[in-house]
Amino acid sequence: MRPAEILHLLRLELRLDLHQRHAVGGSLLYVVSAVFVAYQAMQGRAEGTAWNALFWIILLFAAFNTLARSFQREDAGQHLYLYTLADPRNVILARVIYGAGTMLALSLLSFAMYVLFLGHAPMDGGNALQYLIAVMAGGTGFAAVLTLVSAIASRAGNGVGLMAVLGFPIVLPLLLSAIKAGHLALIGMPWSVTGKYLLWLGVIDVIAVALAWVLFPYLWRDR
Amino acid sequence: MKSWWWKAVGVLLLLYVVIVGLHTPLAPALVHVSEDKLSPGRADVLVTGYNTRFTADAPQAWLENDDQFVCATSATAERDDRLRVVFDVPAGMRRDLSHLVVRSNGRTLVFHDAFWNPAKGDGIAGTGCTPPEEDSAEVFEFPDRSVLYETIRNLFFHVPMWFTMMWLMTVSLFHSLRTLRDNDLEQDRAAVSAVNTGLLFAFLGLTTGSIWARNTWGTWWTSDPQLNGAAAVTLIYLAYLVLRGSVNEMDKRSRLAAIYNIFAYALMIVFFMVLPRLTDSLHPGKGGNPAFSKYDLDHHLRTVFYPAVAGWVLVGTWLYTLRRRARRIEAWLDDEAHA
Repeated sequence: MRPAEILHLLRLELRLDLHQRHAVGGSLLYVVSAVFVAYQAMQGRAEGTAWNALFWIILLFAAFNTLARSFQREDAGQHLYLYTLADPRNVILARVIYGAGTMLALSLLSFAMYVLFLGHAPMDGGNALQYLIAVMAGGTGFAAVLTLVSAIASRAGNGVGLMAVLGFPIVLPLLLSAIKAGHLALIGMPWSVTGKYLLWLGVIDVIAVALAWVLFPYLWRDR
Repeated sequence: MKSWWWKAVGVLLLLYVVIVGLHTPLAPALVHVSEDKLSPGRADVLVTGYNTRFTADAPQAWLENDDQFVCATSATAERDDRLRVVFDVPAGMRRDLSHLVVRSNGRTLVFHDAFWNPAKGDGIAGTGCTPPEEDSAEVFEFPDRSVLYETIRNLFFHVPMWFTMMWLMTVSLFHSLRTLRDNDLEQDRAAVSAVNTGLLFAFLGLTTGSIWARNTWGTWWTSDPQLNGAAAVTLIYLAYLVLRGSVNEMDKRSRLAAIYNIFAYALMIVFFMVLPRLTDSLHPGKGGNPAFSKYDLDHHLRTVFYPAVAGWVLVGTWLYTLRRRARRIEAWLDDEAHA
């Protein structure tokens, strides 16, 4: 693991995203339209459970949309080029970190949009800080789990459809914990209760990143 | 004899499990009383039993309330499963609820908290009786548990399904690790055969669990951490098969599948082991609910349950080796056809 190389790879990712602005814009537009559809469907009135569930579903699909890009945009030539230059472990770490950063920004943005459109009434009785932490931990957690899945799907040469099939059951423990943590935050549970789930989200993140770090070199190599 | 003895052991164990597990009667028990409140004075109660033989001898009955006893003035067997008991109920028993105890054919049957006692006091005087001594004749039978009743036998089928599935998925993990290390297609065939067989047991586990839930909780499926975990694990391994199906190149397929398998297995363990314990669950063994452990799984159940687990695991392993051999032959035939 070389921090300099990871930094370099992060800069490459950023430059690619700046180069392909339409892709970033696509992710943002997706979130905005999903929130708007939710707003129309709920007629602006959503009570706690539905409010929470809807938000996580929007975030889940936004995560699939965004993280699929992390490997799918790479063609065979680019892959070969990176392969000759960089250590696979640095590549996966850089992509997980970049994905986590993107997801962090995206989830905070979705949350802001969501509150703007659907109101914050369900949060009034609860703990907003807890909810925000759940949103951030959940958002980055999606990146931790789905980056390797995105890599597998892109190596299988079968785009976004396969990623959804492979990713959905794997992301389920994380998603259910996040929904639960959000629910507990909304009903105003003390930190000792919600904290257990927030910590648990962190543990899943660590396990997923560690596994990705160990397994990715086998995936990267193309004999 | 050398290589197949364990298959015979598996089959014999399952034979034993089916015969003994389905044939052993449930212990006699009291299941219903016609009154739920006993006010002081004469009380006439109709007691319904299950697997009881009240007519075979003269049953005795008494109330127990905080270590004080009130013997019935009469206990008449109307049928083998119906007993008419008459009490002369005193006032002043100390607890809100009294147990009903019936002694029949040398067995002591207890109906816990059978009656509400509206005339609570500081204890009864004079009218207490001494219950007869216990003689503990050991009979091989399964306990009669509320909610479970006869379905307790499903313990020998439902639970071992999941144990066997976990075992086969672990075998698959082992072979996936070796696939990555050795780049060996034979290891890949072993991994996918174990997943195929494991999925069979997962489906059997879901089916037996669903039937059990229908008969005990009254629903085919309910949102419960343990059940969600089972569903997620089944989905993960179905996705594993989809992944395999979408890659044609055998070498690449073996590597991608192995990586996904290892990733999925680690998260499955997480799901199965930890998540249900974080929350309350209806399912035994999780969230404060007692498992079939320590005091709950009695030693008669154990004598069938452990052989059932061993038997299913052995037969599951046998199925897996058969699948693996079939795959090896298929691969060989493919090579022949292309050569």
